[in-house]
Amino acid sequence: MIMKLKHLTTVILSVGLLFMISCKSKPKDADIQAAVTTALQSSPGVSADVKDGVVTLSGSVATQADKDAAEAAVKLNQGVKSVVNNVTVAPPPPPPAAPVEVTADDSLKTAVASIVKDFPGIQADVKDGVITITGEQKADRWKKLKMALDALKPKKVDASGLKVK
Amino acid sequence: MAALQDKYKELIDAAQAAGTSNLKVNELDGVLHIEGEAPTGAVKDQLWNIYGKIDPNFLTGDVVMNINVATAVAGAKLKVITESSNLNIRKGPGTDQPVVGKAAHNEIVSLISKQSDQWWLIRTDAGEEGYAYAQYLQPVE
Repeated sequence: MIMKLKHLTTVILSVGLLFMISCKSKPKDADIQAAVTTALQSSPGVSADVKDGVVTLSGSVATQADKDAAEAAVKLNQGVKSVVNNVTVAPPPPPPAAPVEVTADDSLKTAVASIVKDFPGIQADVKDGVITITGEQKADRWKKLKMALDALKPKKVDASGLKVK
Repeated sequence: MAALQDKYKELIDAAQAAGTSNLKVNELDGVLHIEGEAPTGAVKDQLWNIYGKIDPNFLTGDVVMNINVATAVAGAKLKVITESSNLNIRKGPGTDQPVVGKAAHNEIVSLISKQSDQWWLIRTDAGEEGYAYAQYLQPVE
């Protein structure tokens, strides 16, 4: 009975010891995951997946430097065997569309007048960047006029009152 | 996609396909503003033809298209494309400036520089130099 108990104690102790050793030499994936997640707090957009000590990074960042930084931050953690860096570098977003440039009424009026004088039968009015065209014109001449007016950077060319022959 | 860009999709696609540089397509208060630099005058003509096909006679007023031609650079040869009359060459950029010379209809002149989109400094073969209205000048290709 005593022998049996002694034997059991030894078994329990050895199992416990083995367990402790295995814990110390080989951190669990869950522990690595926690450490890596903390390390990645400075790399927004990147997430990690841990399996058998191999960390796979995924997500999207703006630059190659960000991608490298995420990998470096993860590598430092204990228990990380290797890093598979699947992070993609997204192209920079297109620059915001430049607002439409509209010519001020004063210069627009002068420019419109100097063009329209060569188009008899056409009257033009300028207000708040909108050129309003009235009168009568042949289709090909109106096209020429419209091309010229559009090049002045108006807000709009309103020809609803124009009769095209 | 905005309705206007949809309506003029063929035009925008053609501008892109033809290699229009600095192409900008913006909408402002129900008007689509299309800007860019076409590689040739033929491309500019093609774009205007497509525009005219989508909006016959350009009467809807929902597009302002400002397409320049990339070949209109300093030193380029320009043809005077007035209806039939002579083109005034002026001392300065503006119709209030004195006329210092004239270029005949269909005459070929040289571009010295662009003072603005509207006024270009030109020189005739006869040596007359001054500002002329860009609308009546077309690059010779």
